Amino acid sequence: MQLDYFQLIDRIIDLNIGERTIRVEAQVPETHTIFEGHFPGFPIMPGVLLTEAMAQSCGWLLLGIMKFERMPFLAIVKEAKMRGFVSPGQLLTIDAKVEHEGSGYAVTKAKARVGKELKCSAEITFGLTPFPDPAFRVHIDAMANKIGFPLQAMTHE
Amino acid sequence: MSSTFDQIADIIAETCDIPRDTIKPESHAIDDLGIDSLDFLDIAFAIDKAFGIKMPLEKWTQEVNDGKATTEQYFVLKNLADRIDELVAAKNAGTGTGS
Repeated sequence: MQLDYFQLIDRIIDLNIGERTIRVEAQVPETHTIFEGHFPGFPIMPGVLLTEAMAQSCGWLLLGIMKFERMPFLAIVKEAKMRGFVSPGQLLTIDAKVEHEGSGYAVTKAKARVGKELKCSAEITFGLTPFPDPAFRVHIDAMANKIGFPLQAMTHE
Repeated sequence: MSSTFDQIADIIAETCDIPRDTIKPESHAIDDLGIDSLDFLDIAFAIDKAFGIKMPLEKWTQEVNDGKATTEQYFVLKNLADRIDELVAAKNAGTGTGS
């Protein structure tokens, strides 16, 4: 997890294009300036970052489904529930699935756990648009490579 | 008045917090009801789910942008209801909707 770059997902554990599901891991850092303020003496991951981690998980799933031909942009977050504290150093496992694929949008659901304990969940809607800039697509490709995006999964739909 | 219209109006009222009695078959979703694109995403999801279809929003938008259709054809609610009825009929006939 590189919080300074808003890159919250470390690796893709499983991607099943046919089932429209993904599982990823996100390692919360042991130390970061965020924890100095949130909160002094009681460091926990901010809910907005947990929500972003769920959104990025769903985003990678949608990128795979769309074969990187379009970019999912966050549009709506519903039913975001912070069910338990997430502390520095904990490993998040996030499962996401597609609820509905519409025309130009997709609705997803995600759940994040530490071990077996459910920490947060949300329903997240994305607008799906062509990449606005070729350089952006190159950056996403590099990110996909970095987190171990299984490109072969896209050919086994 | 079609039952399809009533279902759409109920969805819009609930999704956008618009009084149900102000939503008429002649209402234009954008011009009269002030529904923006983000709210329309929510409405589209609810309609897709309720009717088991996939409204071809991108195709409709492209047609409007290309001057091949007017927004009234798709966003005046009685017309939207007709489009949905067509999509449901096409689905039931197994011909697809071509989004």
